[in-house]
Amino acid sequence: MRTVMDVAKIVRSKNSGPFEITMDIIFKNSEDYHRFLESHVLTKEWICRTYHVTPEQVYCLEKYDAANAIKITLPRPRAQGTIGETDMHAAQQHVPLLYLPFPD
Amino acid sequence: MQKDAFKVLVPTGMLGYGFPEKWFLEGLKRNPDMISVDSGSTDSGPQKLALGEMTCSKEAYYKEIRFLVTEGKKHHIPVFISSAGGDGTNGHVDLFVDLAKQAAAETGLKLRIGVIYADIDKNLILQRMKEGRVKPCGGNVPELTEKDVHDAVEVVAQMGSEPYARLWDREGYCDVVISGRSYDPSPMAAMAIHEGFDPGLAWHMAKIAECGAMCAEPMCKTLLVTLKKDCFYLESMDPAGYCRTYSVAAHTLYEKSHPYLLKGPGGTLNLKDCVFEQVSDRVCRVSGSRFIPDKKYTVKMEAACPVGYRSICVCGTRDPIMIEHIDSTLKSVRNMVKETFPEEYAQSQLIYHVYGKNGVMGELEFTHQVAHELCIIIEVASPTQEMARILCNKARTTLLHFPYEGRIATGANIGLPFTPLEIPLGKVCKFNIYHLMELNDPCEVFPYKVMEVE
Repeated sequence: MRTVMDVAKIVRSKNSGPFEITMDIIFKNSEDYHRFLESHVLTKEWICRTYHVTPEQVYCLEKYDAANAIKITLPRPRAQGTIGETDMHAAQQHVPLLYLPFPD
Repeated sequence: MQKDAFKVLVPTGMLGYGFPEKWFLEGLKRNPDMISVDSGSTDSGPQKLALGEMTCSKEAYYKEIRFLVTEGKKHHIPVFISSAGGDGTNGHVDLFVDLAKQAAAETGLKLRIGVIYADIDKNLILQRMKEGRVKPCGGNVPELTEKDVHDAVEVVAQMGSEPYARLWDREGYCDVVISGRSYDPSPMAAMAIHEGFDPGLAWHMAKIAECGAMCAEPMCKTLLVTLKKDCFYLESMDPAGYCRTYSVAAHTLYEKSHPYLLKGPGGTLNLKDCVFEQVSDRVCRVSGSRFIPDKKYTVKMEAACPVGYRSICVCGTRDPIMIEHIDSTLKSVRNMVKETFPEEYAQSQLIYHVYGKNGVMGELEFTHQVAHELCIIIEVASPTQEMARILCNKARTTLLHFPYEGRIATGANIGLPFTPLEIPLGKVCKFNIYHLMELNDPCEVFPYKVMEVE
């Protein structure tokens, strides 16, 4: 089965300010985008399980038709740039999204 | 009479990172109304604000400032440089002004320089806190305390469009405007709105353009944006860059908490009904952006403070038996550090970064695969540099000879690439203010001045 990594144009994570991490999945066309949305594999429950957050901490799980995009915003796993930081720009936390199944 | 188009040339998304002069000069031929470049970001960490560090070197900034002000003056196009030095503190604004003065002295140009500051008086913050007019910016930020305000080294706030418009209204044309911490799109949005263009389109155009031609595919440096009455156009000046509908749309939501509701000083940009159209293979047209003003005008404050000192040790291991027992080994090492230095340990933090296992994602790592070699970084944070060194040294020497289960390599357990073996990192900092404060007037905390230099 194909995964998001095989189909999406952009899958990324990044700081949205020093206290939040935001992740985007952007598809090449609206057909792929809608097919992925209709498969309902990306759910709040999956995000909570994967990123160790509560449903209230999923600050954003929104689709944006104009960009064929889905955005997820969560609390940062740890405060930015201080003791224990592993990823200053929060740029390498998108990886679980790559392996989400994409429906055939 | 209102112009039918407002053009902005953005040399690069970040002053000091370097950009090809060739494509910038190409952009000048298109007669832009302003040149705008931002240098601000919190992205590289709290140490900049807390320790007064700049994102790039003074030399790198000078080279670009000199080039931009010379070209701007030659063509009578104002140059806006915002969030001076990265953090946009008053000290860095003054330093950038000195660099512009130096450029004027060396080139023999006469410059009229507008300066806007963004440092915030702590007493004002304390007063607004008492009035209940300060709140966290986002759900993951704790309520602000008086201690946070006192601990903060310097507090800045991101200015909106109004301080720029006021400068222009009151003082008229400036060759160069150097400003403190700004919401990145503010200078461009300000001048476009000042010229009578739609605020929604102006803010959206500025939001994309403040990163230069990052919205092109492949990402480039220099961007020209053209704002019209009902839309705007984006074009990379490097012909290798194509502003595609999807690359521009993708950039719209870059680093933002919500895909189409973008909060900024004084209001929210609503992009839900935006249309991105390809007008040629290299140019994208955008329309339908709307700006919804807030009822109460707020600005985002930023500050950071030191929280201790760090030492690290970088270690490698290749032994498969050691790798198999890495978790229990590191746990035992921790216990021995704690037993040897209980008081120091209680005041410190000892953290292992195990690359090859979960160094990048930490506790969020979802695969159980472990690599054939591991890099272990021992991080110690303590109230003093010496204490951090002592604990890091104890952890390193213990790990070096620890008799883990099944060990047959009795030489030593880790390969050490660097000296000093315990590397002092100096102060470690944290962001301690990231809060919205209500203003009585959008320009209230952003004083300005104008000077003539030659």
